[in-house]
Amino acid sequence: MHELTTPISDETIRSLHVGEPVAITGVMLTGRDAAHKWMIDTFIKKNRQPEGDDLEAYEAIKPLLNGGLIYHCGPVVAGLDTKEYRFVAAGPTTSIREEPYQGDVMRHFHVKGVIGKGGMGTKTLQACQEAPGFYLHAIGGAASLIAQTVVKVLGVYKLEFGVPEAMWVIQVKDFPAVVTMDSHGQSQHAVVEEKSKKVLEALLAKH
Amino acid sequence: MLDLTQQILELVRLTSTDLPPDVEKALHQALDHEQPGSAARGALETIIKNVELSRANSTPICQDTGTPIFYVYYPAGWSTRQLRSQIEAAVVEATKKSYLRPNSVDSLTGKNSGNNLGGSYFPTVHFEEVDGNTLTIELMLKGGGCENVGIQYSLPNSQLGAGRDLAGVRKVVLDAVHKAQGQGCAPGILGVAIGGDRGSSYYASKEALFRKMDEPNSNPELGALETRLTEEANQLGIGPMGFGGETTVMGTRITALNRLPASFFVTISYMCWAYRRRKMTVFRDGTVKYE
Ligand code: SF4
Repeated sequence: MHELTTPISDETIRSLHVGEPVAITGVMLTGRDAAHKWMIDTFIKKNRQPEGDDLEAYEAIKPLLNGGLIYHCGPVVAGLDTKEYRFVAAGPTTSIREEPYQGDVMRHFHVKGVIGKGGMGTKTLQACQEAPGFYLHAIGGAASLIAQTVVKVLGVYKLEFGVPEAMWVIQVKDFPAVVTMDSHGQSQHAVVEEKSKKVLEALLAKH
Repeated sequence: MLDLTQQILELVRLTSTDLPPDVEKALHQALDHEQPGSAARGALETIIKNVELSRANSTPICQDTGTPIFYVYYPAGWSTRQLRSQIEAAVVEATKKSYLRPNSVDSLTGKNSGNNLGGSYFPTVHFEEVDGNTLTIELMLKGGGCENVGIQYSLPNSQLGAGRDLAGVRKVVLDAVHKAQGQGCAPGILGVAIGGDRGSSYYASKEALFRKMDEPNSNPELGALETRLTEEANQLGIGPMGFGGETTVMGTRITALNRLPASFFVTISYMCWAYRRRKMTVFRDGTVKYE
C-alpha cells in the first residue's frame, strides 16, 4: 500500500505502476458529466459564453485542479439546508463517459490524477503520459466506506448542476484506490482484457 | 386486509442496508482466495468493511439503490391493487429516509420523479397467487452498472461456435463474462435463462437470482453446468473490479424455459457484488419474519 498525500509530485507519480494499491490523503475535487461538459464548452473549446458565476467558479477551481485530483463521483450529501455539508455516500461512477473530455481537461488545468471506476481509453492514457498523471480506480459500490474517508467538505461550486453533478471540494483521509492506468502508458484494463481473451479462446475451443 | 406499508418499508431498509448473510459469506470466501497485498484482495477488504459499516449505520450499501424488483406470492383473498399501493407508499417513504436514492427518470424528459415511482414498471412488482395462508414478498435491488452489462444471445451463434444445446449455452455465458470485465462491479453473480421469448427470458434470468448462494439447482444437469461455469469464469482472471484476480463470479444460477421451435435465447443478467435481495413472510396472525 502506497500512502499518497496531495499535492502529488511528478516523481511519486512516475514511481507508481498499474496494479498498485494506494491510500490518498489530502484534497480532491468531484466532477462528472455536467462539470466536464461545462469546463470544456466554456473554458477550453469556448463555444459557450461564461455566464452567472462561471468565471468566479473557474478562478476558484483552477488552483485546486492545478496538480490536483478529480474524482468521478455523484455523492449523496447531508446538511444541504444548513450548508454544513457531510458526505453520506460517495462511491465512484463509471469513468468512460468522460473519455471525450478528460485528456483536454487534464491538459488545460494541469490535473495529475483522475479517480473513478471502470477505467478510461487511449486519449486519457495519452494525457497521463504527458502530464505525468495517472488513473486511480476506486472500489465500485463502496459508498459508505468512501464517504467515511471524506473527513471534511471544504466547499462546492456549480451547485446548480444538482448535488451529484456539482463540483465538491473535499478533504479525504486514506481514500482507497488502485492505480489502473499509469504515466508509463500501461493500462491494467487493457492487460486484463487481453489476458482474459486468451483464456476465453482456449475455453471456447473446449467442449 | 392488513396494511403492510411499515413492514414493507422495513423490507426495503433491510435490503438496501444489510447484505444477505449468504452473500457476505461468499465475499469472505473470495477474500481468502486472493493474494495478500494484491489489488484484488484490497478491493474485497474494502467491500467487506463497507458492508459492515452500512449495516451498523443503516445506510445504503451502494449509493445506486437500483431498480426495486418485488415478487409477491399471495394467498387467495388479498387485493393485489392494495398490495401494490402499499408497496408504492413504502418505496416513497424509503426514499424520504434515504434508504433508496431517487432513481426513477422519465425517459423522454429526463426528469427524476424524486420518489422512485414512475408508471407501472417502477418499481417492478410481480404478483403470483399461491396455496396456503402465508404471504411472501421478495425484493431485489438491481443496480445500473451491472444491469448495463446484461446481455441476450440468440443461438446458434457462429462467431462463438455456440449451438442450440448446453455446450452452446456455456460458450455464450463465458463470452458474456468476458465482455463485462469488471464493469458490473465484479465479483458478480450470473442469472442465466435458457429459452423463452426475449422478454420472458430476461425476467427469468432475474428470477433465478432469488435463489440463495448455497441452494442447489433442482435440475442436476443445470447444477453441474452452474458449477462448471463459475469455475471457468474464474479462470478468466478478471477478478474483483477487473483488477485481475481469482474471483470474477461468486456463483451462477441457471433456469430453463420452454421456447418456440424457431428461437433459442440465452439471457444473462449480471448481478454485482452488492447482491441485495431479501424476503419477508407474513403469517396468518399478522406476524412478520424477515430473512
Ligand atoms: S454495479 Fe452494483 S455495486 Fe456497482 S455501482 Fe452499481 S449497484 Fe453499486
